[in-house]
Amino acid sequence: MNKNKEQLLNKRYKAEQRFRLYGQSAIFMALLFLTIFIFKIFSTGYSAFQKTWLIVPVTFDPELMMLEQNPSKEDIQDADYYDIALKSMADLDLNANEDQENELKRMVSYFFEKEIKNELLNDPNLIGKTKEVYLTASDDLDQVFKGNYPRDLPEDQRRVSDYQLKIFDQLVVNGKVESKFNISFFTNADSREAELAGIASSFMGSIFSILVCLMIAFPVAVLAAIYLEEFAPKNRFTDFIEVNINNLAAVPSIVFGLLGLGVLLAIFQLPRSTPLVGGITLSLMTLPTIIIAARASLKAVPPSIREAALAMGASRMQTTMHHTVPLSMPGTLSGTIIGLAQALGETAPLILIGMVAFVNTIPGSPMDPAASLPVQIYIWAESAERGFVEKVSACIMVLLGFLITMNLFAQIIRHKFEKKWS
Amino acid sequence: MNLILFIFIVLLGFTSYYFGRKKAYTIQSTKKRLTALPQFYGYYLAIWCAIPAFIIFSLWAIFEPTIVKLLILSDYSNQGYLDDELNLIYEKTKALSRGQFTGEITPFIDASAEKYLSLRSIAQSSKVVIVLSAIIASVAYAYKRISSNSRTREPVEKFLNAVLFTASLAAILTTVGIVFSLIFQTIDFFKVIPLFDFVFGTHWYPAKAFVRDSSEALDPTMYSDTFGAVPIFAGTFFIAFIAMCVAIPIGLMSGIYLAEYASAKVRQYAKPLIEILAGIPTVVYGFFAALTVGPFLKELGTSMGLEVSAESALAAGGVMGIMIIPFISSLSDDVITSVPQSLRDGSYAMGATKSETIKRVIFPAALPGIVGSILLGVSRAIGETMIVVMASGLAANLTLNPLESTSTITAQIVVILIGDQAFGDPKTQAAFALGMSLFLVTLCLNIVALRVVKKYREKYE
Repeated sequence: MNKNKEQLLNKRYKAEQRFRLYGQSAIFMALLFLTIFIFKIFSTGYSAFQKTWLIVPVTFDPELMMLEQNPSKEDIQDADYYDIALKSMADLDLNANEDQENELKRMVSYFFEKEIKNELLNDPNLIGKTKEVYLTASDDLDQVFKGNYPRDLPEDQRRVSDYQLKIFDQLVVNGKVESKFNISFFTNADSREAELAGIASSFMGSIFSILVCLMIAFPVAVLAAIYLEEFAPKNRFTDFIEVNINNLAAVPSIVFGLLGLGVLLAIFQLPRSTPLVGGITLSLMTLPTIIIAARASLKAVPPSIREAALAMGASRMQTTMHHTVPLSMPGTLSGTIIGLAQALGETAPLILIGMVAFVNTIPGSPMDPAASLPVQIYIWAESAERGFVEKVSACIMVLLGFLITMNLFAQIIRHKFEKKWS
Repeated sequence: MNLILFIFIVLLGFTSYYFGRKKAYTIQSTKKRLTALPQFYGYYLAIWCAIPAFIIFSLWAIFEPTIVKLLILSDYSNQGYLDDELNLIYEKTKALSRGQFTGEITPFIDASAEKYLSLRSIAQSSKVVIVLSAIIASVAYAYKRISSNSRTREPVEKFLNAVLFTASLAAILTTVGIVFSLIFQTIDFFKVIPLFDFVFGTHWYPAKAFVRDSSEALDPTMYSDTFGAVPIFAGTFFIAFIAMCVAIPIGLMSGIYLAEYASAKVRQYAKPLIEILAGIPTVVYGFFAALTVGPFLKELGTSMGLEVSAESALAAGGVMGIMIIPFISSLSDDVITSVPQSLRDGSYAMGATKSETIKRVIFPAALPGIVGSILLGVSRAIGETMIVVMASGLAANLTLNPLESTSTITAQIVVILIGDQAFGDPKTQAAFALGMSLFLVTLCLNIVALRVVKKYREKYE
């Protein structure tokens, strides 16, 4: 009998330990996913911040450029750079036949002509002379140089030919290939060529959308929260508003995209693909988040503050505006920032209102077509070229960087400025 | 132009505030008692400035385009144009006046464009004149009216109250807007495709429904067997099911562990770390699922002799599950912590171990709240878009094999609406019908879940 009891007790203790282990492993799994995730993004993305350049001697031959003696600035601007650009690439291998010359040309980016032109515009004295110019390597060679491209594939499955690899290796041996910080990733707009594509346009698109979203959602949400928390009578209508807010907070984001498409674009005829429409759509989405946060922080202000103000003869409006609202601001602001961070990462509604259009200019106002950072991730992730994979990861790193900064900021505001009532 | 006017009106508002306050001070200086603080006199005048401006601006925004359109098109009346053609003429006129017209310019349209421009400039200048005179008149009237014993605080506060109330209607307006934007397209869709075919049909090939010439009569037979949503609904619930299979055990167990076992220090670090998972944008999860998890599962399957699609439901559902873990863990954590300590103490006093207490006492007590959090998680899984679009298939297969690809409501909406849409096309309308069903399903889930959680909270408060 006694032994039986002991066995039972042991069994129960084992069960206890098992249960505890389940809990620990659940936490461990969740954290493991997070780690794999971050590691994967960083390990594929960090190389996008480097860009490969080929150093190629270019002879600025005035005859090939159709330039006359003592050309003016406009002449240099209008000169023909294609031939010298082509020639400088072809000269990398003097024995190249025509096909090989074409392959040589494809070793640099599509706009290498422009890079040569900029070189001359910076220094017009170069006419007739030879200078080593930095040319952006094509995205495939860029990937080869970074070691992301399998060189041992059979030639017909590669986008880089054996011939290109041979010349490229020669250049590497001669020290004519250099890797530098990729500024153009931050200053260029989107491009069909992976080596030139940058996040400037989508970044500006995101900023404009978030600003529009902030300007609409913040005032409306704060006013609504003040009304609901401080003035609203307890009746069915207020309950209805409350149910609405709670429900809106859980409506799938894509439904807001349909709202933007069906109402803002189809009925109000606002311009498609613009951050303006994107911002309005996002503001409707963040509205409930901010209202809920603002109400919670209004509720946290102790009634004694209100009673003191009322006792001094302040009206209810004065009590609210002069005392309650300022005291609730830290909580409201941090809720707003968290809501905006959510909006910044939102993709689906923006796709529906047309912000996936290919935009190769940097938008100057919320009325210009643009993409946004998450949409840019989607666009690049859908393109087949290998060069875009690291760009996607790099773009994700930028986006995550912003989200983390915003969340930290929200935390700091909450901890630094919020009063602890006890 | 409008911006300049707006800034000017704002400046006028400030000036009237200044004058109102100044008048209050003058009254004060005559040793009369004011009924409100001086700045309320200022606010009072500023409101008298804002209200007429707001009314006129909104009236203008509503009526100006209609009136201009009527005036332009009056030239074309009695010429036997159809409504559609008249609309087209008007659109051309507008485009030409903006200099964006690319087609052939007829003298008629050219004349209309000129008329349009002149009408617009007349409208603009009359707007300026009317707004400014209305503001000045109303402010002057109010300025004369205020005296020592006139009430200014009450009207100002009433106005503010009205503004606050209007802002709180925004939530209702958004809901109305959602229903409004979905319902008309949905009704139009069901005029062409019978509801029965949509709900019970098993073939979904929206690509079959090409954009037709709008003059052609609608041919319902063309769309039969095209918009059967069963595969879509099945795929949606299937992927959500897979996601919950990942999220419920991990989320629930981490919630329980954090609430009952974890030391304050572990809790302090583990909780925010897990919540990072909820803050990662879904497009990032989608990329991760498509680039890493999908190929990984495919390779794993091949090594075990299974045929796994690179865009399997398992990859999308699994990653979606990871995304939902924090929702379930933090909600159930909250729910469990709010179970009264007395229940625990009672159980321990009876000699129960910790895990027994959790399983037999705390879990049943917290069950409604946990069910609520799981329902919210399901609602999120059903509405999740980007992971499915990027990692799962876009073709609607009716399958229960997690290794094959399926499609969901959200993915189909994106597939149909990406790029240009033609309103009035059954394919576009189908997306709105899908959106409607998504909205209704998640609405039910949310309302039930929120009610359950609320009931539960009230029980222990």
